[in-house]
Amino acid sequence: MSLLLPTLQSLPKKTAAVVAPNRDGTPWYARRLRITTIRILTQGFFFALFLFLLWVTWLSRLGGYPASLFLEMDPLVGFATALSTHTVYRWLWRGIFILVPTLLLGRVFCNWVCPYGTLHQFVGWLFNIATNHDRLKRNRYRPLFQVKYFVLVVFLVMALFGSLQIGLLDPICLLVRTVTVAVAPAVDLGLIDLSQRLDPAPFLSSLVFKPGTKDPRVFAGAWFVGLVIVGLVGANLFIPRFFCRVLCPLGAFLGWLSRFALYRIDRDLTKCTDCNLCLHGCEGAADPQAALRKSECFVCFNCIDDCPEDALSFKLSPPSLANQILGSVKAGTATLFGRPVISKVYRTELKTPDVPRRRFIFAGVAGALAYPFLRLSKAVNKRGFSDKAIRPPGSVAEPEFLERCIKCDQCINVCPTNVLQPSTLKQAGLEGLWTPVMDFSVGFCQLNCTLCSEVCPTGAIQKIDLDRKLGLNGYKNVGPIRLGTAFFNQGRCLPWAMQTPCVVCEEVCPVTPKAIGTYDEEFTRWDGKKVTLNKPYMRPELCIGCGICQRECPVVDDAAVYVTAVGETRSNDRTLLLTGPKLS
Amino acid sequence: MDEDRRRFLKQVGAAAGLAAGAGWAALAPPSWPLSLRDPDGERGKPHSSALRLPKNGFAVDAAPHLPQLGVSRGDNVDAMVRSAVAAIGGITRFIRRGDVVVIKPNVAFERAAPLGATTNPEVLIALVKLVREAGAADVRVADNPIESPESCFVRSGIRQAAIDAGAVVYLPRESDFRTLEVPGATHIARWPFFWRPFLGATKVIGVAPVKDHNLCRASMTTKNWYGLLGGRRNQFHQDIHGIISDLALMLRPTFVVLDGTRVLFRSGPTGGSLADVKPGRTLVASTDSLAADAFGWEQLLERGDEPLPAYFAKAKERGLGTPEWKTLNVKEEQVG
Repeated sequence: MSLLLPTLQSLPKKTAAVVAPNRDGTPWYARRLRITTIRILTQGFFFALFLFLLWVTWLSRLGGYPASLFLEMDPLVGFATALSTHTVYRWLWRGIFILVPTLLLGRVFCNWVCPYGTLHQFVGWLFNIATNHDRLKRNRYRPLFQVKYFVLVVFLVMALFGSLQIGLLDPICLLVRTVTVAVAPAVDLGLIDLSQRLDPAPFLSSLVFKPGTKDPRVFAGAWFVGLVIVGLVGANLFIPRFFCRVLCPLGAFLGWLSRFALYRIDRDLTKCTDCNLCLHGCEGAADPQAALRKSECFVCFNCIDDCPEDALSFKLSPPSLANQILGSVKAGTATLFGRPVISKVYRTELKTPDVPRRRFIFAGVAGALAYPFLRLSKAVNKRGFSDKAIRPPGSVAEPEFLERCIKCDQCINVCPTNVLQPSTLKQAGLEGLWTPVMDFSVGFCQLNCTLCSEVCPTGAIQKIDLDRKLGLNGYKNVGPIRLGTAFFNQGRCLPWAMQTPCVVCEEVCPVTPKAIGTYDEEFTRWDGKKVTLNKPYMRPELCIGCGICQRECPVVDDAAVYVTAVGETRSNDRTLLLTGPKLS
Repeated sequence: MDEDRRRFLKQVGAAAGLAAGAGWAALAPPSWPLSLRDPDGERGKPHSSALRLPKNGFAVDAAPHLPQLGVSRGDNVDAMVRSAVAAIGGITRFIRRGDVVVIKPNVAFERAAPLGATTNPEVLIALVKLVREAGAADVRVADNPIESPESCFVRSGIRQAAIDAGAVVYLPRESDFRTLEVPGATHIARWPFFWRPFLGATKVIGVAPVKDHNLCRASMTTKNWYGLLGGRRNQFHQDIHGIISDLALMLRPTFVVLDGTRVLFRSGPTGGSLADVKPGRTLVASTDSLAADAFGWEQLLERGDEPLPAYFAKAKERGLGTPEWKTLNVKEEQVG
């Protein structure tokens, strides 16, 4: 009690101190409710919204939510696909949601909306403890930060040629992919385990990303996707906002656009004492203490908060006052409109990215060369493509697919059977890295499911309905979408090679009439036992390549029935049979 | 000096303690507390205890004076379920107040209900309602489908039906399976079993559609138990009749309902076209799943001119039912 009493007694005093008005007469909450506080709340909101939308990207939860909203309003996705396809698919006009604020306010997206930026900032705040002196140093602009503009130029030049690679580093694509392939499965593993230990814990198990799946979801190369995010997030410990400042092509795109922004941070030369404290929390390394780099500024407002002289403000189109200064800045005799200029740095704005033009040209040439280097690498061509590059239903032909796919892996996220996998170098080559391919040793394409086509933001998988997928009603003439064709490996098939009854493949074949038929044979086995062997065969006209036969084949490691890409209906080059509808 | 001595003694103490602890953990005999010793590698292997279902399964006492087969025909599914169950003694014969009831529909495939590949959701609703009216404390609907579980439950309408009728849906997860021992079974004497819905269960009801099957010719209430197993089920086709007979041995239900409202008469068990389905307008309730299935074979699949699939004889040999349904007391009623 005696220990508590002093605290209790001083409480009214403390409260009074908290609610006391500021010296300049503004109410007490003006101290607390800073614009930076509002910014943090906004970041939290968008981060939660981002995770929520990925969480609802699942059959039982997709009740009309715009599951791919963040990808659709990513203006780089819209712009780059417009370069590669000359069209703006479905919801990609939503890029305007980000474009307009950028043209008005600058790169606000980076520090108010972008979930990846929020993640980097948060990790830096939590782990990157440094002295004030070090912080001022770390937040200065460095020439290294030009790299993102080269990345952007390379990707955009490639997009012009028809090879879309922005998804490798676009922060939204990257984060959606990482959550899908690495984070969500890991979270689910933990939640399911925890909910089992704390039985009953229905709340925990209702939180899982992918409820109602039998086995934990597995993804090709999950370790690498996981390693990339750990590496990029970890880089914050050395260079704050490493990804945002150095690599982010979306940041570069918005930075380039923000030259047109009407608002910017302005420094009052008659108040600024060149103390550099504004660098203390500068997220973008935008040099607010000198000529503000508009292209680098994230509009986080930390500098305004940190300025002890109140010299910084966010202003509508502040005029450049450099040539209004009378006297010598160096000698300390300068005045601006009659008031003495205190700062020794008289320039206040740098509009465009500080990148030498020849480097831009080099980046452009590199992009122009990257296209043929990738495209001539066999994996994506008419001949020599991988038999395992099996694309989801509704996919456009491979060259157009590579014009559209941003490797965001939303299709993989929504796929209920886990059949969709991020491609490794093996299936689609470097150009198609992380694009969706089907792996029938993991799952199969469920007959009545078109979810991947619903969530694809760019139309690499065109939005289709069931009638189109199955060739029903209005699509009878075109027939069903075929993903490939199933083949029997008679040397491994139990009835064909091992005198053992089976035909699971026929049982699960989902089309009617079934694409798998059998030759039935009464047979006396080596041990004298009589068995009926139903030896299966394919009816290629009926097979849609869904792969459930391969998934359910008991010869699990190297299935006796397996699907390859030939016979797929998305391109005439890869059809198998003479008969059957062809693309016009 | 004092400080140096103290530090020295502390270091020696810590080193000795660590050495002694390590020695104990590694060398003490396995039965001693805190020992980690594993001389032959047995201790380190995963241990799984096997489960057994109750000896007589979930069956209630026999009632020879009652009909063994309750058949109702018509279009009003709710009334048909009531009438068929009433014929074999009424729901109060089977379900007591406080019972925990597992209902096993067939949700194997991701198909809309009219395609006949899955249990009719209306039948499930009627059944759940009936069971709840009898005072069941908890009604659980569970199946381990071939295709993605959630998609199957959603697309077939079973999920919504179960929720609407007040049952809890159990979707299978990897950790929900435990090894089940089935004494006397040929193939599945020890096999992973979807045990979570069976925790504390006192009654089990199967409700299965009438389907053609590519290999065993007919999939009805006996084959329905397939959906309670996990593991490498795709090996079952190597002796499908033996397996179905094992399934009958594994699970002795309280009663079964054969959902003949629709009949998938070809392209089974998956179907996929309305052309493969014909209206059956029939429901059968029975404590003898073989009899119910034999009825379905003859009356609904209309294959009376073919011999019964081999699993009937195999299961009969084990005393698991009477495929000769005509010799039984059958009560048939036209409803609505």
